[in-house]
Amino acid sequence: MKRIALIAVFLTGALLIYGTVDFPDWGDPESPASRHVSPRYIEKTVEETATPNMVTSVLADYRGYDTLGETTVIFTAGIACILLIRRLSK
Amino acid sequence: MISHFDDLIIRTVCRLLIPFIQLFGLYVIAHGHSSPGGGFQGGVILGASFILLSLSHGIEELRKRMRIRTILILTSLGVIIYAGIGFACLFLGGKYLDYGRLHLVLPVDSVVARSMGILGVEVGVGITVMAVMVSIFLDLAAEEKEKKEAEQHGIHHQ
Repeated sequence: MKRIALIAVFLTGALLIYGTVDFPDWGDPESPASRHVSPRYIEKTVEETATPNMVTSVLADYRGYDTLGETTVIFTAGIACILLIRRLSK
Repeated sequence: MISHFDDLIIRTVCRLLIPFIQLFGLYVIAHGHSSPGGGFQGGVILGASFILLSLSHGIEELRKRMRIRTILILTSLGVIIYAGIGFACLFLGGKYLDYGRLHLVLPVDSVVARSMGILGVEVGVGITVMAVMVSIFLDLAAEEKEKKEAEQHGIHHQ
């Protein structure tokens, strides 16, 4: 049984590595991500948001929903710690 | 328990450093527009300054300056600021988190209003991150203290 599991792991790993062969090269300017959405952000950030730091404008403006979710995750983590660790009644 | 640390050098250095650490945290939050930084990083620096205060001056000192209730309110306040700015954009006729609409209430044009909206949500993120860090630290430290007290009581009863 252990041997079958090991073979399954290696097969899945080999499939995943085979899948990366079709990926675009690292930093390839002709890859779909670099041709479509990145130039749009690079060209329009200062024009649209008056923010020189592209990372900030993508994080808080173009991807604002995502950052709202991240903040909620941190909030939830804090509340979960309060519920699990803190003793409310003394 | 983290108690009053009786070392003049540590206490003095921490007392001198903490205001500058907090100022730097506020700078990282406010300057996220044009340098690396933002709400998450600045909030962590602010939270670390409060943790340093309790490490050097004892946990009771931190409790005196920041009550548990205040920390809980700040934790929620950050998310409320973020979501509230989103809803403000919604009520001003835009989409959710479409900061350009804030130019109707702010004395700036819609492009600079987007920048102001980014600053607003970064402040919200910073407040939540700071409060959650302090809250988790206080919970863990308080747990330690209660355990010690329970152990001492156990020994006393024997």
